[in-house]
Amino acid sequence: MQNFAEEFTEAFRLLARLDADLLAIVALSLRVSLSAALFAALIGLPLGALLAVTRFPGRRLANVVLAALMGLPPVVVGLLVYLLLSNAGALGPLQLLYTPAAMIVAQTLLVAPIIAALARQTIEDLKGEYGEQLAVLGLGPWQQISTLLWEARYSLLTALLAGFGRAIAEVGAVIIVGGNINHVTRVMTTTIALETSKGNLALALGLGVILVAIAVMVNGLVFALRATATRTAHG
Amino acid sequence: MAEARVLPVAAAGIVLSRRGRRLLDVPEFEISGTGLTVVLGPNGAGKSLLLRVLAGLIEPDGGRVTWAGRPPDRARARRLGFVFQRPVLLRRSAVANIVYALKVTGMDPALRRARADAVLRDARLEGLASSAARLLSGGEQQRLALARALALAPEVLFLDEPTTSLDPASTKAIEDMLKTAALAGTRIVLVTHDTAQARRLADEVVFLHLGRVLERGEARNFFRKSAAPEARAYLEGAILA
Repeated sequence: MQNFAEEFTEAFRLLARLDADLLAIVALSLRVSLSAALFAALIGLPLGALLAVTRFPGRRLANVVLAALMGLPPVVVGLLVYLLLSNAGALGPLQLLYTPAAMIVAQTLLVAPIIAALARQTIEDLKGEYGEQLAVLGLGPWQQISTLLWEARYSLLTALLAGFGRAIAEVGAVIIVGGNINHVTRVMTTTIALETSKGNLALALGLGVILVAIAVMVNGLVFALRATATRTAHG
Repeated sequence: MAEARVLPVAAAGIVLSRRGRRLLDVPEFEISGTGLTVVLGPNGAGKSLLLRVLAGLIEPDGGRVTWAGRPPDRARARRLGFVFQRPVLLRRSAVANIVYALKVTGMDPALRRARADAVLRDARLEGLASSAARLLSGGEQQRLALARALALAPEVLFLDEPTTSLDPASTKAIEDMLKTAALAGTRIVLVTHDTAQARRLADEVVFLHLGRVLERGEARNFFRKSAAPEARAYLEGAILA
């Protein structure tokens, strides 16, 4: 049995002296997950808005599929992206497997349905409230969408944060497509998994503390956004 | 701003049913000229539906609506104002709500703020211009919604029970704004089930029951001796079957 107190002390020592390896891992995690959240927003927000304001056959099925995709197991997404990017896959020639780009692709696919589904719900609710008013102003569909997106800005920011939270915390997809290569594709979650299995708890704990701190900050931001929205009656 | 006309707003052969129930059955109806028409009738009479059909917000199952002889179109929608029972305000300041409406309807940017300030003054909301619209009181919100509609200088203004949940002072403020707008030439159609309000405002009354127009005439005559037995019963406070 190891001495956990010592491991904790060493973990905080790593954090305190801003260990270069640890910082590199944190930086890569943030770069990958922030990029994924951004790309997922670029896909998810218009998709959600479109599903909310347009009517077409099969729309209900699309909504059900989207809701189901919110709960996609990260390892399955990782596997699919692996198949896509491997040499025999459709995107094999791009040689992206085991690069941060592959991890961004995997996390984007994981997060886009979450942002799209939350955006759809938010905008659909707002459309119920504003639809007739926007119609009597003579607004076309695109003007309606842009107005609704702006009116929903606080809720949509919350959706983006939820997406980022999901991306930074997942391990299954990035470990498959990134390969957990030291100094190349090693992020916080995959390092924690690896170092724990090796018995190097100090680094794992140090990263764990940072991961929890990020989760707390993201949730703090969500609360602050909600409070601002309520205070200014934008909620 | 577009000057295309919408009056007369006319409906012919309007039929609207939901779940096997006939909600509207209006063979002929027209809003033209000037003045303030009150649409009276008990709950479920089809008053709000008729208003929405005329405004092009609901497509009837049968019949057709025309604005100045042509089917409703988006370009002319701005010439037709609509104030809802619950004020629909954007998550912005009071003045930004009006500026937004002026912007999307194509007003010159240089003129928007001055126009918005003018209508806020008319609505006695100038002191609340920069307040968040949705934090205003119910009465202030409805005055703002009305001010926004009037800012676009509509040819015809539809109001769907705008004072139902307001106190007497707020109701009076709305009624004063409506009287001023009517005097200035805006054609107004007001749905209400408040007979006292109808007596105060109406030049003309339309009485609706079970989706049909049972009576239409000059307000004074309607309140003195309405022809339809259902209208008489309604004015006496009876519950209509």
